[in-house]
Amino acid sequence: MADSVKTIASLSCPAPLTTRDRVLLGHGSGGKLSAELVRDIFLPAFQNPALAKLDDQAIVNVNGSRIAVTTDSFVVKPLFFRGGDIGSLSVHGTINDLAMGGAQPQFLSAAFIIEEGFSMEMLRRIVSSLQRAAGEAGVQVITGDTKVVEKGKGDGLFINTTGIGIVPHGLDLSADRARPGDKVLLSGSIGDHGIAILAQREGLEFESAIESDSAALHGLVSEMLKSSNAIRCMRDPTRGGLSSTLNEIAEQSRVGIELDEQSIPVRDDVKGACEMLGLDPLYVANEGKLVAIVAPDAAGAVLGAMRGHPLGKQARVIGTVNDKNAGLVTMRTPLGTSRIVDMLSGDQLPRIC
Amino acid sequence: MCLAIPGKVVSIEYSNGMRVGRVEFGGIVRQASLDFVPEAQIGDYVMVHVGFAISLVDAEEAERTYQLLEEIGALEGELPPEGSG
Amino acid sequence: MKFLDEYRDSRIALALAKEIAERTTKPWVLMEICGGQTHTIMRYGLDELLPNHIELVHGPGCPVCVTPLETIDKAIALALRPEVILVSYGDMLRVPGSNSDLFRAKAQGADVRIAYSPMEAVKIARANPDRKVVFLAIGFETTAPANAMAAWQAKREGLTNLSLLVSHVLVPPAIRALLATAENRVQGFIAPGHVCTIMGYSEYEGLVRDFNLPIVVGGFEPVDLLEAVLMLVKQLELGETRVENQYVRSVTYKGNERAQEIMREVFEIADQKWRGIGMIPRSGLRLSKAYAAYDANLIFDLELISAEEPAECISALVLQGLKKPTDCTAFAIRCTPENPLGAPMVSAEGACAAYYHYRRHAIANTAPKIAVGS
Repeated sequence: MADSVKTIASLSCPAPLTTRDRVLLGHGSGGKLSAELVRDIFLPAFQNPALAKLDDQAIVNVNGSRIAVTTDSFVVKPLFFRGGDIGSLSVHGTINDLAMGGAQPQFLSAAFIIEEGFSMEMLRRIVSSLQRAAGEAGVQVITGDTKVVEKGKGDGLFINTTGIGIVPHGLDLSADRARPGDKVLLSGSIGDHGIAILAQREGLEFESAIESDSAALHGLVSEMLKSSNAIRCMRDPTRGGLSSTLNEIAEQSRVGIELDEQSIPVRDDVKGACEMLGLDPLYVANEGKLVAIVAPDAAGAVLGAMRGHPLGKQARVIGTVNDKNAGLVTMRTPLGTSRIVDMLSGDQLPRIC
Repeated sequence: MCLAIPGKVVSIEYSNGMRVGRVEFGGIVRQASLDFVPEAQIGDYVMVHVGFAISLVDAEEAERTYQLLEEIGALEGELPPEGSG
Repeated sequence: MKFLDEYRDSRIALALAKEIAERTTKPWVLMEICGGQTHTIMRYGLDELLPNHIELVHGPGCPVCVTPLETIDKAIALALRPEVILVSYGDMLRVPGSNSDLFRAKAQGADVRIAYSPMEAVKIARANPDRKVVFLAIGFETTAPANAMAAWQAKREGLTNLSLLVSHVLVPPAIRALLATAENRVQGFIAPGHVCTIMGYSEYEGLVRDFNLPIVVGGFEPVDLLEAVLMLVKQLELGETRVENQYVRSVTYKGNERAQEIMREVFEIADQKWRGIGMIPRSGLRLSKAYAAYDANLIFDLELISAEEPAECISALVLQGLKKPTDCTAFAIRCTPENPLGAPMVSAEGACAAYYHYRRHAIANTAPKIAVGS
């Protein structure tokens, strides 16, 4: 048994190096291929300790202050969707990456790459939405950039936002800090954003419209940090879904994680859409949820704090960290059997089989 | 070959010469062709595969056979735990 | 969701597993044909619940996996032509051809689009009169009527820019070929419930008669599959051999006659090559003469480089249930979902992919196995 465990542990590392001559869509989906790209191209080029941690944000010391920096690019289609648009998303996404490191988000930059011919009215709407989201979150957009590319070369609009925040001293949230015995907490239902986007793109109708859950989480994080100093790390499961995030944590902390399928909240309509398309909600993107790895005796307090906040009303304990099978995420099914929750290689595609 | 799920027909119309239904799957609604199940009416459940209803769910049969399963489930639940474990 | 959730009831599933254990007194080798059933078994760990005496092997029920190499290569070649829009189900995008796959072709600039329904190919053809739309029409009998409708509708509307690249496979001939091999160990079959929804199950009576083994038409949820296994075990323990229908809520003896009519009009039976298995006579479908104008094979001039499968790939043996994915020397090492050597590693329903993603065989099983014959 020890041998097969060891074999599985090594199997859960990214696939062996293969020469690919072209970048595929899958390289951007947040799964194994994305990890490969980072590992094979970006990490070797940039090599420094802050980057090596591979957290959602980098925290550096500048003249005694701990500054958190993060950057994110937004290429979402459609540009407008139920529950948000590329503008609000670009604020929430970057704020959340800062917040996951315990940083108080302060400033954003916003760079726009606009395709020639893009509607000025739509641009106004998006910028207005971006400003509103930033205002509500208490951050200022202090610098930016604009580029226009030829028609046909830009897919409408891309936005990049970079965020800066301050991390209090003594706070060390990082994906390599999970320990056996820790509890895995999830702030709410999964799959909402990805399905909302897909629904809009594919013209799926909904009785009660599915909205993206896009939201700034720093307020929720703040409440959680007040309730306990035994939070090991937090992550927001965006592309690649809950599965990718937990696999990353398990990998970086060299621990196993076991989930309880029945405790993971999924809205009925999201579930229906997933059933229809053959998608697994565990791999669908979220933009307003977080997972927290918490010391066992602190779980109650943190859960309480989450449930007291509007963005954490559905918070649950969904699993436990263990020391079997390092790097592996497993799940107990409602039948009491066990299965592995593997990291996806590329995008999850709808299937007919 | 394989992925077909049950949904409830909530409305029926004709489109491009095909009989099409709006079918509800647990809170979401999608169009599906009803050409293979001409007997399907509003309120019926159909199995849908790649946008086509391929059968009318036999609710009576399902009910009957499900009762038997329920009984097995209930019965096993009442038995004392296994001695050998 | 009604008619779905009830069949995932754990109390009933566990009770069925218990009854299976109580009735099993001898070892039995059972095969489920359909990839969707394999998926459920892996996802819910159903084989963990079965007594050790029962061995579940996975059959060639993945039409994606068995699509011939040449068909993939043709699809890629067509997709790379600037005038072509290649429309395909999502499942096919990552299946490896001789040198590439549709996803890579897309990266190279091919216009490849994913369809949820064959009617989307018709929509795309209507909207792009100056392009040639090719629909990669694959599947078992379940999907054949729907795929046929794309051609039927195109003909009705007089669309001249839509064609189908067809690779359809039929289940009963495949089972017959499997049962006829000397190495066959399968003693009972779970027949694919959605294939039978279309075709009914009269075709399986001949198999039962000729090969003397029980066949149960099964559904796709955990309760369905466990009930089907129980029905097989009951027959096997009593030495019975007949066709039974577990999936009564969707399957009838005659099947869906309207759907069969459309299939007969648009398609005709043909010899078919099954990737990893070889040629099985009269086991596939091709477009009928009346629909020749919609046959991509006839419209396009395709010269092919026929290459062989990587030597290490044992998909042939896996698809026939003779070997498990874990018996393969390349499994999870040189052959992974990111870098598949053969089709069963790519398709979500392929046995190799199912084992890889769920890899249940490797986790320490903490759920106590139900004792046999207790």
